[in-house]
Amino acid sequence: MSSTTYHAPGTVEDAVALLSADPTARPLGGGTDLIVQMRSGRLNPGAIIDLKRIEGMNGVRRAGDAFVIGAATPCTALKADAALAAAWPGVVEAANLIGSVQVRNRATMAGNLCNASPAADSVPALAAAGAICVVAGPSGLREVPAEAIPVSPGKTSLGAGEFVVEIRLPAKPAGGGDAYLRSTPRTEMDIAVVGAGVSLVLDGEGTCTSARVALGAVGPTVVLVEEAGAALVGTKLDDNALAALSQAVQAASHPIDDKRGTVSYRKAMAGVLARRAALIAASRAGAKA
Amino acid sequence: MTKIHVSTTVNGDAAEFLCEPASSLLDVLRDTLGLTGSKEGCGSGDCGACTVMLDGEMVCSCLVLAAEAEGRTVATIEGVAEGSVLHPVQQKFLEHAALQCGFCTPGFIVAAKALLDRNPNPTETEVRYWLAGNLCRCTGYDKIVRAVMAAAAELRQERTPA
Amino acid sequence: MNAPETMKPFRHIGTRPVRPDGVDKVTGRALYSPDFKAPGMLWGAILRSPHPHARIVSIDTKKAEALAGVKAVATGRDMPTLESLVMHVGEGASDIVDVSHNCLAFDKVLYEGHAVAAVAATSPEIAREALGLIAVEYEELPFVLGLEEALAEGAPVLHDNVFTKGVEPKPDKPSNAAMRVEMGGGDIEGALASAAATVSGRYTLQPVHQGYIEPHACVASWNGDGQAQIWTSSQGHFAVRSLTASVLAMPQADIRVTPLEIGGGFGGKTTIYLEPVAMVLSKKSGRPVRLAMTREEVFRATGPAPGAVIDVRLGAAADGTLVAVDVQFLYHSGAFTANDAGAGVASAIGHYRIANTRVVGTEVLCNRPAAKAYRAPGAPQVNFAVESAMDELAARLGIDPLDFRLKNAAAEGDPQTSGLPWGRIGYIECLEAAKAHPHWSAPLGPNQGRGVAGGYWGNYGGPSTVNVSVAEDGTITVATGSPDIGGSRASMAIMAAEVLDVPYEQVRAVVADTASIGVSMVTGGSRTTFATGMATVQAAGEVKRLLRERAARMWGVATDQVEWRSGPAMSASCATPPFRMSAPRSTRTTSKARSRAAPRRASAGRSTRPISTARTAGSITRASSITGCRWPPTCR
Repeated sequence: MSSTTYHAPGTVEDAVALLSADPTARPLGGGTDLIVQMRSGRLNPGAIIDLKRIEGMNGVRRAGDAFVIGAATPCTALKADAALAAAWPGVVEAANLIGSVQVRNRATMAGNLCNASPAADSVPALAAAGAICVVAGPSGLREVPAEAIPVSPGKTSLGAGEFVVEIRLPAKPAGGGDAYLRSTPRTEMDIAVVGAGVSLVLDGEGTCTSARVALGAVGPTVVLVEEAGAALVGTKLDDNALAALSQAVQAASHPIDDKRGTVSYRKAMAGVLARRAALIAASRAGAKA
Repeated sequence: MTKIHVSTTVNGDAAEFLCEPASSLLDVLRDTLGLTGSKEGCGSGDCGACTVMLDGEMVCSCLVLAAEAEGRTVATIEGVAEGSVLHPVQQKFLEHAALQCGFCTPGFIVAAKALLDRNPNPTETEVRYWLAGNLCRCTGYDKIVRAVMAAAAELRQERTPA
Repeated sequence: MNAPETMKPFRHIGTRPVRPDGVDKVTGRALYSPDFKAPGMLWGAILRSPHPHARIVSIDTKKAEALAGVKAVATGRDMPTLESLVMHVGEGASDIVDVSHNCLAFDKVLYEGHAVAAVAATSPEIAREALGLIAVEYEELPFVLGLEEALAEGAPVLHDNVFTKGVEPKPDKPSNAAMRVEMGGGDIEGALASAAATVSGRYTLQPVHQGYIEPHACVASWNGDGQAQIWTSSQGHFAVRSLTASVLAMPQADIRVTPLEIGGGFGGKTTIYLEPVAMVLSKKSGRPVRLAMTREEVFRATGPAPGAVIDVRLGAAADGTLVAVDVQFLYHSGAFTANDAGAGVASAIGHYRIANTRVVGTEVLCNRPAAKAYRAPGAPQVNFAVESAMDELAARLGIDPLDFRLKNAAAEGDPQTSGLPWGRIGYIECLEAAKAHPHWSAPLGPNQGRGVAGGYWGNYGGPSTVNVSVAEDGTITVATGSPDIGGSRASMAIMAAEVLDVPYEQVRAVVADTASIGVSMVTGGSRTTFATGMATVQAAGEVKRLLRERAARMWGVATDQVEWRSGPAMSASCATPPFRMSAPRSTRTTSKARSRAAPRRASAGRSTRPISTARTAGSITRASSITGCRWPPTCR
């Protein structure tokens, strides 16, 4: 059993060195997944590397117009950043659907992403928003699109000694808007049966010039559905475009049957939620265009 | 196993303890510091019975490593009353019979106080969403919500004349 | 026992005072099971089976015992060998052999999570590490989880000594049908054939856990002389004592169980899981041992309500009169015989008046945790099925579902399913009140619906002991043997205050340990306010009687000349305000001031004295055994 050690390094380099030294070591952000997994015996890390003492790891800062979110930034802190919440309301709302207030005061989007649950709420929103993760590792820093981090349930593309240092969101494009919706039996403290994130840009006429649509809980990882985005581009989100969106979303959904939902229910709801999220995103784009 | 030495502040007083690297803050509060008011109902962040304040934010202490408390401030149910004077949230829980077995009560009270400290005039909906992470099995939530609303009203009254 | 037709106005009953245990609970000071520590205590942990059904070939504990800090290791071999004995505690009956084998598996594990070994060590971390050093060799066996699968030909049989109880003659081979209960009478098929409308349906329910927020925990301390103490929360510490003593084959009086605050039970804490194991570990180590479950252990190894498969056939005449009902259900019993089928049979249709009835319940063993009492154990599952069918039949007949129930509702004197006549059960009154309520007729908004369902549960009587003591200053302690799961201390204080006619705050109620009060049955079956409350009322009445007698002796008057009013005892012929019942000698000044106007005897005109509290304060005990409603009436 546990001969776990705890480390709270002060620099990214020290954290990389500690993670590289032990393949079973795990970075600790909010701990809301890691500690549960340790408690249940599913994980028995040789070392816990607490990222929160590293400068810049906790908080949102600007890089030009873009937003840089430290990996250990709790979800509630995103809501408290007015500029971020105004620019990417879909992402901030998605992150604040996770768990309870208690959980969101600890849980981070980087952790939500790296836990690699197919049902993670913030991940479809991040993927739709085109978020980029900065990953630190033994060979320095590299940039990875958010949707490329999870590769299967519980597994990520991160290599030995690597961890997500920060998540970058671009400046809000003119005429841009995003939204995330999920379906759950309970309004709070539940895990998405289906989730859908949409980010789009409307021109001055209200015509969609670009759109990204990402789904949660309908496959082993988040699913970025290019056909669904394409179905909106060039349209004013009329009924035909929305029907095409729903169809593309359903075609890209390959969910499982489990206690939270059936295949057919999940596929149907994916179409419904993507359509509703697109309309909310469009209204946000219009409102601020 | 090498124990970790942690210096922290609990309910306003300096506290020091030794802990295992994997020990939760809840384990240490209950078993090492003797503060058994915070309860473990689930150990997975679902029930909220272990709710404490960590640097002014409410968290599930079962999902915090004890070692993380180094240099931080922790506030627990044991610090909610001022001496033997109950906080209005505590008083209203009694008056509204917002507890039955009482096992979830400390978590609810810490969470409710955290809400009222930042929002003295919450709507019922805000109260219900804020307390969604606290499970009660006996009483149901209605009396709890009413108690919190009544405590908010009393706190506002106390503040108004000043 | 029925409520009196008329009630006198109460002074305290019906008020909502702050509960006496409230402040401790809102400040975090109340001590629950997982909060208790004994000096020098060891930390225990339990190794649980990863298999749903397997034979234990061997358990090697040597490595665990050798680990530094480990003070004791226990397996099923450390438990005494017992003769079968069915004990009625809580809301059901349990064979102590089953209880023992559920606490620690003997030769087979019967569900995933079944306890196979336990460790006591100087820290929780060492105890958990030691579990990993215990080597258990299992021979995996086929397992069965479903009800119909468990009864199918060729299904793996859990116990080779279980022959369906309630079947005559005794079956010639063992099976997973632990017991079968049948009640009813009449000609079902004939009545259904001639009914104007019939419905039939199958209803399936999954097992549901009681979900109390406080996981099970206890501390046990076994002394060298054979005496032991247990600190635990439960719905009945006397049940903990009797079951633990029986499982460990020791005298009950050698175990003193101190009740801790209980963080919810809902029926699920009317049995034991940890206590005998902690006792064995304590005996082996010579130190107090604490065992506590995690939430995961609670779900894996403690009793849910049974899941069920229920087939219902109902028939009614055109005017809505029910003519026949046939209910056949299977209940999960889990790994050991539970006791929900009898209650299920008795409560399925008991609240209706039907000429032709048959209700058959079968408890089915399967590789799941043993089912345990949960909120009217056995009733809600079958009530759900019957009431659903009732709605369908009402719709088929075009009758309002409430009127349909009202037409068929049982009243006083009607036979229960068992054939015994009903008392005043109030079902018709309940339905009429619902019908008269504005909510039954208020217009519905979009996406709103409205429905009605009936069900019943018998109040479980059972013995309760209450000790009412008057302190030197006239304040009163009410000690009961009933764990307070939802406010019974407040209820008892209110009732005592009512009888003694003193302020509520003058009465304090506590839950006493098994050495400090007489036997009391579990808090469950909605019995505590009724049965323990009755004992409280009787004991308080005894206090009043005794104090009046003493006052009469002191005053030299007949007892019936001493009147009890607003707390004090005084001579009936005295018209002036009385003295306090129990003003202590130390506060004589106040008493004198009050008593000056109250003559000891009206004729003598002498100043009265407070009753000597030194003499009256002894504890006056009334143990009351209420045996009115043994329930369910049959099938044990």
